[in-house]
This record gives sequence, C-alpha cells and structure tokens, in this order.
Amino acid sequence: MLDIQHIEKVYQDFSLKDISFQVEDGDYFVILGPSGAGKTQILEILAGLILPDEGKIMLDEREITFRKIQKRPFGLVFQDLAIFPHLSVRDNIRYPLLSRRTGRKEMEELTATIAASAEISHLLERRPSSLSGGELQRVALARTLMRKPRYLLLDEPLASLDVSLRQGLRSLLKRLNSEGQTIIHVTHDYEEAMVLAGKIAVLDQGRIIQSGPADHVFHHPESEFMARFTGVKNYFPAKLYREQERQYGELANGQLIRLNTTEPEGNGFVLVRGEDIFVTLEKLPTSATNQFSGTITAINPSPFGFEVLVDTGTLFYVNITRESLQTLALRTGKEVLISFKASNARFVRV
Amino acid sequence: MNRFQPFQLFLILLSGIVLLLIIGPLVGMFVATSPAQFFESSRDPEVQSSIGLTLWVSMAATLFFALGGIPLAYLLARKDFAAKRLVLGIIDLPIVIPHSAAGIAVLGAVSRDSYVGQLGSMIGLDFVGAPAGIALAMAFVSIPFLINAARDGFLSVPVRLEQAALNLGASPARVFFTISLPLAWRNIVSGLILMFARGMSEFGAVVIVAYHPMIAPVMIWERFGSFGLNYARPVAVLFIIVSLVFFIILRLLARSKKDA
Repeated sequence: MLDIQHIEKVYQDFSLKDISFQVEDGDYFVILGPSGAGKTQILEILAGLILPDEGKIMLDEREITFRKIQKRPFGLVFQDLAIFPHLSVRDNIRYPLLSRRTGRKEMEELTATIAASAEISHLLERRPSSLSGGELQRVALARTLMRKPRYLLLDEPLASLDVSLRQGLRSLLKRLNSEGQTIIHVTHDYEEAMVLAGKIAVLDQGRIIQSGPADHVFHHPESEFMARFTGVKNYFPAKLYREQERQYGELANGQLIRLNTTEPEGNGFVLVRGEDIFVTLEKLPTSATNQFSGTITAINPSPFGFEVLVDTGTLFYVNITRESLQTLALRTGKEVLISFKASNARFVRV
Repeated sequence: MNRFQPFQLFLILLSGIVLLLIIGPLVGMFVATSPAQFFESSRDPEVQSSIGLTLWVSMAATLFFALGGIPLAYLLARKDFAAKRLVLGIIDLPIVIPHSAAGIAVLGAVSRDSYVGQLGSMIGLDFVGAPAGIALAMAFVSIPFLINAARDGFLSVPVRLEQAALNLGASPARVFFTISLPLAWRNIVSGLILMFARGMSEFGAVVIVAYHPMIAPVMIWERFGSFGLNYARPVAVLFIIVSLVFFIILRLLARSKKDA
C-alpha cells in the first residue's frame, strides 16, 4: 500500500500543505482540483522529481521519500508527454527495456504487445513529430506501461484530446485498471473523475479538502467549494441503446432515462444536473420526456437553496429554492413527481 | 519601392564596406599568387608536412579535450553551484587575453622545470617543441568555443525529457548518453568544428610553446620574416584552401548526420 503522510512543500508563490492519502493496489485514485491547486506537484513529489520539505512517502511500510527517481515504483505520464523527439515511436516505447537486461526477442514481443494494447502498432516506425496529439498520448502511455510500474501516474491525460479521442482513452484506462493496474490520475475535470475514479481526493489551493470513495465524495460534498466544483450529483452507470430513433439509458435497476445524444450504443454514465429537475405534486402536461414518481427521503440545505432527495427506485438529487419548498410544502415522506428533458440528461461514454 | 530609400542605400553601403574589409585582402592575396608559385609551394615537402601537422594536432587536441569539455558544458548547463559565474568567466578567459600571453602561460605550466613537464618526461612525453605542447596551446585558446556551444546545446534540451528518461528507469549516465547528448549533438558538433578551426589557425600561443615542429601559421610567419611577402603568400593561400576544404567537409558531414 502507498501511504502519503503529511507532505509539505513551499514554492515561490504557492505551497502544498499537509497532503496525506492512501492508495491500495488496484485502486483508481483521482486527485481532482482546479488548475493551480497543486495536482502536478503532488505527482512530481511521488515520482521524485522534486523532494518535499516535510512528510513521508511510505510504500508497504518502508519509506521511499528520498529514493532515486529511477528506483521508484511510479511510471509518470507527463502532461506535456515528454516524448523523445529524436527516437522513433518504437525506440520511445522500448526505452524502459534498455535499463533492464532484455533479450532481443523478448523486447520485440513486449513492444508488439504493448503497442497493440495502446492501439499504436501501425505507428511504430514513425517519428514523433509526425504524430497527432492523441497518438502521442498513446505512445507516452505505452512507453510508461512498458516499465510495468506498480503505480501509473497520469497528469491530465485527457486534457489535450478532443471528445472522440477522450472516450477511447477513458475506455483504455478503465480497462487497464480492471486488469489490475493501480492508477493515480490528476484532473481538473469532475466528469472525468466521476466516470473513472474509485477513490478521490479533492485538492484546492495546495490542500486536500475532502477524500474518500468517489461515490461518497460526490454525493456528500463537505464544503461549498466542493459542491460548486463537483456540481453534478445525479450520475448513474447506464447502458445506451436506441429504439426507433429514440435513445435510452438503461440504469442498473432497469429504469429507463430518455436521452438526446448522438453517442453510439454502449456503456457509460447518465448525468443530470440537480437544477435541471422539476418537482411537481401531480402529473402536468410538459415537454419533459422523463417523468418519475417517487418519495422524498431527505431535504438538506445547500449553497443554492435546498437539496431534495427523491427516491424513484433511483435516488435523484433535486435543487430547489426556499420559495418552491414552501409553495409545494415539501417534506420528508411526501410523494412527488420529478421531470427533466431528455436534452438535459447527458450521456458520457466509457 | 522600399529598397531604394536613401536610408536603405546607406545601410547597404556600410555593410558593403565591412564585407569588403574581409573579402578584399583575401581576394587580393589569391590574385597576387601566380599558379606557378602556388604549385611550387604545394609540392614543397616542408609546407606539406607543416599543414599535415597543423591539421592532425588540432584535430587530436579537439577530440582529446572534448572528453572533458563536453561533460563540463553539461554540468554548467544543468547544475547550479556557488562559483558558477566564476567558472563561466574563467572559461571565457582564453578568448580575451593576448594569445602570446596565453603561450607564455602554457609554456610556464609545461616547461621542463614544471611539475607537469617533469611528469611528462617521466613517461616520455615532451611538451616544449613537441606536438603535445602544440596541442595544449591550441586547446588552451580554442576550448571556450566548444564549451560554450555545447553548453548552449545542453540548455536547449528540455529538462523534462531527462526527467522522463529517469522515470522510465534509466540511470543518469544512460540519460546523458541516450537523451542529452544526442539532442545537443548539433551544437556540440558545431562547437567541435569551431574549436578545430580556431586551434588550427592559432599562431601566438603555439609559436611560444613550439617554434618547431612548425605548424602552418608559424611557417607562414617564418617565410615572411626570412624571405618576404612573395614567399609567404603562396603558403598562406594553400593553407587557407586546405582549411576551407576541411571546414566545408566537416560542415557537410555534420549536416548529413543530422538529416539521417
């Protein structure tokens, strides 16, 4: 287990304060925070590129805070990728093998396997300068995986990619994790965190303000910053399918949500913002194609007014104002209807 | 029509004067040398051996001192230390001091009374009046060109790439040889060529350490002193042509290596 204990580091205009978290083998750990929060610096400290002023990095109860960069169990994919410009894609990917005594045949086999897994087999003889951003991203990932790192560190891996490439890389990362690769991934994008993270630490101004299982952190933000930053609480694993020009997201419990999306069929998440959901007491004619009846299970004050939890078989978080709460006389246990438009339910593929 | 504005013409005129300053004397020298004189000099065994000596000693000095000069350039590009500015100043010193003074300094360091001189003679290596001394004098005045060019080369290699290589499990030595050196190679080669060319053309420092065996610049001076301009000129022309040919070949080799 990786145990980060009370890391502190002062920079010229910024500092990391009391950074502590644990990563178990097999975790998909996401560090989420706005840009400038110190996410990259945490990865650099883990990888040994910079040393902390205080604190310890413990690996299986042995301290590795000051271990040499090349002896650490972290493979870092830099945000700027750091592909070696003078080497072909093949030589870039093989680079980690030069430091291990690897036979020629084994080297070829490993290169072929990793290249196939990252879907870059057709690029092996190319020069990095002739590759697109998405291709470079995969080369960087393949090169780091070649080292077989116990922990794969990813610095904003999806930030420079367009939407269609993002989806492909998200699936690849998810697959790697399901095959046992432990991943520590930093991002500023809550959507990315939501669909990938098993555990999450939220970072703001050099400090971890909340951490834990992703599901818990997203549904129980402990501060206004968290609530605003994470935004969407209604996100459900779903399977997209089409029927007569209509698109549906089928949730794990069989509930169907009408969607308005051009995404191809497959697995992903349905996202609905709490402020896009209406609460009514009876069925009214409306353009909202998603209507569910349910019971209010809780009403919590929120930075935006109130957050009403409605159990429709699936738990929805609905944001309403104090005025609406009073007008509708909402209280726990009351039967209500919720509705939202198909175009307000987004589908994110993984 | 911008190009005919008076100010532009004035600039062109001034530029022309400077170019003429360089080209004029050289062309004059070539024109004043008759083919007969030129071929006679080129067949002169003394001239041939002195040009040969100049080329190989300068080449040897460049390669030998590159072994230390390139690592020094890397340290200067990558490490910060207390006396770094002082070290950078020291490296530029040979460029600013008179070369005869540089020759005196080198001679003092390697003369038979000095520790280096005594150490050298113990292993049968003479500096004064010998190729080793010539090489030392050439290197003394020319190594700043290599170090500065190589340092610029290493500075242009992103530290990120070296960090990435370390993170991929490479040792610092492997990172140096597989990442830093290849990426700085163009600047280093250009520094090597400059050092070679500068060493080859050195007169002041070499003549003090070793009048004999005679390198080409010393021979040109000796012919001028003993026989006059007409005897020195063909040797000078021949040496310039040989130097230019070498210079062009090396540049071409460096370029084809880059394109490969």
